[in-house]
Order: sequence, then C-alpha cells, then structure tokens
Amino acid sequence: MSRGRILGVCLGLMALVVALGALSLMAGRVWAPWSAWTSAGADPLWTVIFELRLPRTLLGVLIGAALGGSGAALQGYTRNPLADPGMLGVSAMAAFGAVMAIYFGATASTPWILPAAAMAMAGLGVALLLGLAGASSSMVTFILAGSVLQSLAAAATALALNLAPSPWAVNEIIDWMMGSLSDRSFEEVRLAAPFIAAGLGLILSLGRALDALTLGETGARALGVDLAAVRVRLALGVALAVGASVAVTGVVGFVGLIVPHLIRPLVGSRPGALLAPSALGGAALVLAADIAVRLTPSAAEVKLGVAMAALGSPFFLALLIGWRRRLA
Amino acid sequence: MNEALSAHSITVRLGGRDVLADFSLRLTPGEVTCVVGPNGAGKSTLLACLAGLRRPDRGEARLGEAPVLALSARRRAQRIGFLPQTPEVAWPLEVETLVSLGRLPYPGGLGEAGRAAVSRAMAMTDVTALSHRAADTLSGGERGRVLIARALAGEPEWLLADEPLTGLDPGHQLDACALFGRLARGEGRGVVVTLHDLGLALRMADRVLVLANGALLADGPPAEALSAQVIAQAYGVEARVLAGAHGPLLELVGRRGD
Repeated sequence: MSRGRILGVCLGLMALVVALGALSLMAGRVWAPWSAWTSAGADPLWTVIFELRLPRTLLGVLIGAALGGSGAALQGYTRNPLADPGMLGVSAMAAFGAVMAIYFGATASTPWILPAAAMAMAGLGVALLLGLAGASSSMVTFILAGSVLQSLAAAATALALNLAPSPWAVNEIIDWMMGSLSDRSFEEVRLAAPFIAAGLGLILSLGRALDALTLGETGARALGVDLAAVRVRLALGVALAVGASVAVTGVVGFVGLIVPHLIRPLVGSRPGALLAPSALGGAALVLAADIAVRLTPSAAEVKLGVAMAALGSPFFLALLIGWRRRLA
Repeated sequence: MNEALSAHSITVRLGGRDVLADFSLRLTPGEVTCVVGPNGAGKSTLLACLAGLRRPDRGEARLGEAPVLALSARRRAQRIGFLPQTPEVAWPLEVETLVSLGRLPYPGGLGEAGRAAVSRAMAMTDVTALSHRAADTLSGGERGRVLIARALAGEPEWLLADEPLTGLDPGHQLDACALFGRLARGEGRGVVVTLHDLGLALRMADRVLVLANGALLADGPPAEALSAQVIAQAYGVEARVLAGAHGPLLELVGRRGD
C-alpha cells in the first residue's frame, strides 16, 4: 500500500472533519446561517457559534482523535480488532478517577485534580491490562483482562455512588458516566488539549513498532523493536489521551472500536498506517454523533455517550459475529 | 567478509532444568548449518540466544568479536535475520507489504534499495505472483515462503530459521533447501536452520549439529554427524544410513528395542 494512498485517506478524512466541524457550528436547536458568522457580534447567534458551539466542536475533534487514535494503537499492539479503550475498561478506570475526585470534593478548590486523577487511573488501567494479559497477548486473555478491569472500575464507581454524601454528588457522578459535550467552554478545551496532543504524539510514534508486531512479539523483537519501550509509550500515550478526554467529557465508548475497523481496509490493514487516519476518523465520528444528538427532537438532550453506545453496541455485535470463528 | 557467529559457554535454565548447559560453538558464514535433535533438546533456545532474542543465564553469543546483545537492537536486526518457529501474521496485509516489514530495521522509508531488496527476496522465494494477495488467504506453504522472503528482505548476514520447512510441500522444501544453499555458498551468508526431517538435513547441510539435553551430541559433515549410533542415542530410534544415488538416505527401522 503506497504512501500516496495513505496520504489521500488522511486528506479525505481531514476534509470530512472540516466539513463536519462547520456543520457542528451551524447545527443545533437554532440554525446559524452564514450571515451570523460574519456579523462580528452584531447578531446574537454570533455568541452562540463562537462561545458555545466552537468549544464544543473543538472538544469533539479532540476527544474523537484521542479515542480513535487510542483504539487503533491498542488494536495494533494487541493484534486484536476488538480492543478499544472503552471495551478494555480504560475509559471506565479514567471515569472512576474522575468520580473519586468529585466524591472527595477536590474539584472545587483545585480544578486540575479531576483530569489528573482521570489520567492516573487510565494509566493504571493500561498498566493492569498489559500486566494481566501478560506475555501471551492472546486475544481471549486480553478481552478477559479488559472485562475484569471494566467490572473493577464499575464496582468502585458504584461504591462511590452508594456512599455519596449528597444527591448533588450523585448527579455529578452520573454525569461522568454518560459522556457529553454540552455546556463545555474554552476552559475544558485548554485543560484537555495539551494532554491529548501529547498522548496522540506518543501514539503516533508507535507506527513502526505496531507494523513489526504484525509478526508477533518474537517477530517484532527480531526486527529490532524494543517491546518494553513500546509498552511504556503505549500506556503513557493512551493514559494521557483517554484520561484527558474522559476528564472533560466523561465516558464515550465505541469510537476506538468502530473507527479503526472502518478505516483498516482503506490503508491495506497496516497497523502503523492506521494510526493517523483513525484519529481523524474518530474526530469525524464524534462530531457527526454530536450533531445528531443536538438535532434529536427530545425534551432533554440525549447524552453523547448514550448515543455512541446505542450506535456502537450493534456494531460490536456484528463484528463479534464476523470474528467468532477466530475467537473460538 | 561476513563475521562468524559463536556461542561462548551459554547456559540457559528453565524451570530448574538446563535447556542449554555450558554450550560453546562457532559457526562460519558460507555454510548451511542444520540443527537437529529431539523435542526439547534446546534447538530453539540456541537459535534465540544466537539471534540476541534471549539473554542466557550465563555466557554469551558473539557476532565476530562483539557480544550480540551489545549491538543496538536495530543493528542486530539488520545483521541477523530470525524466522520464528510459529510465525504469526496478525492482519490481512498484502504479501508485498508483509515482505517489506523485513526492511523495518533500516531507518527511513522503504527507498530504492529497500524496494529492490523486497522484490529480490520475493523472486528468490517464488512469491512474486502472490504480491497483491492478502496474507490471510495464503495456504500454509505459501505463508511459509512469504515469511522466508520477509526475513531475506532485510539482507541479513546471518539467517537463523526455526523449522522453516514445516508445512512446505516436497517441491517447495527442495526449493527452500536450494535457496539456503545459494544464500550460504553463493552469497557467503551464514544460514542456520533447525528441522526435524533428518533426510533433508542430510541433503542440504554443510554441517549438522545434533543436540540432546542441552548438549552437543555430534557436530560435523552430515554423513558423519548423523550416524546410526548418534541417531539411536539422540532419538532412541534405530536407523540405517544408506548410500543413495543423490546422496545418503536414512531408513528408520523402528524404536530401539522393538
């Protein structure tokens, strides 16, 4: 598969992200026409576009890229097309970190505690995952390790809900469990962007190693890949990207599962070539889902995390049916 | 001139057992060396140590004068090509892309030299016609040849292959034997191959190592190393070495004592 083709896929996806980004600025309860964009504040919709919808759109791009890129990296490392930060419990661990920060009421005094806790727990999650699955890296072991992690995080979060000091705390915690992009400001963008960028940088540096891992761990080492260093970079990259995403939007699942799967055939299945397109594709998918959520006529806005789960679960089922022979 | 690959008092302990015990050996480039021996004799462990993929508990492998493990991972991968015993191909890559993975130890993109090496490796293993097939549609034998091509694409001085002939049909087994011979005797590379088929070892090897219980039982030209006595000792099998029209033949009589 030529470099030109992969570049073409990236450019196409970039154009899609730009188009969806523009649509995301226009679409919502109120349609914002082009005249409002150029009114420079005269039209009240100008505020809606640049104060409300712009941070929301930027966040959508950021977390979509973080989740899509992380999914592609985890799939490449585990050689498992079902791996995804949501599926493997990494997002749930990050959410648990955020919930703990809320639970102890640390967020009001020091706002950076929440993303820090989310990233720390996401990092612990990836480390546990790599440790539990061990050297075998078999598909079944990995999925099982992921569900162990998932249930662990769910149980801990449920305990926090159970012991929550006030109904407000419960409300806030439930908010984290259903990811959403609504009512976000530039503050969240500023908080998440540097960490997501750093995480994605680490993830994108794994291309060669993930290509080599196509031949298994021994094969990769024979090609001169230092697997210990790869593991550290992967864990750190996914922890930063996913942790920062969950910290500002809560859990949005399935992005990392769906996007690499759709893009894989376009890049000739090469795991290293899949990283950048998956980040772009993730941005496009989250933007599209968020636009759909905003346009859904319902009294309360459907949360993005809920919409992605509704979209992702059938997709996962279809994937599983296709893969069950190989999983057996 | 390519450098010799050697083992210096290598000991590897696994589960309280010496898989290799104080093992020393010097392999010269330009020869096909076949490593045979019963299951669990330490063949794969020896290959992994020589390839720098396993750190021995004691002793070291050297390429020329330099310890293999002292080379950078990339440099080592450029000089020593290794073909694992149970090769895994995780994604349905196109064959050409899969073979190109062999160029990963070289910095930068594939480049002109890389592309030439890849197409040469594919021609040598007779897989050029498969270039655009997806890896998951290949037969076991085709996959085996593609993976040999992958190892050759890196143009290593040494090729260490763990049971590369398993799963190949007789025609392609002979092709692979001829290819290993060309690489060694024609191009001056070192080729080390583990295998279970003693007949093929007799036919292709310049030198045969017979391993049993982590020690060297015999070492020499195939007809000498694979004597009836050594085979009996290594495998517990009674065998006769006969003179065939195209070289020595091996006849397995039965389990010893039957």
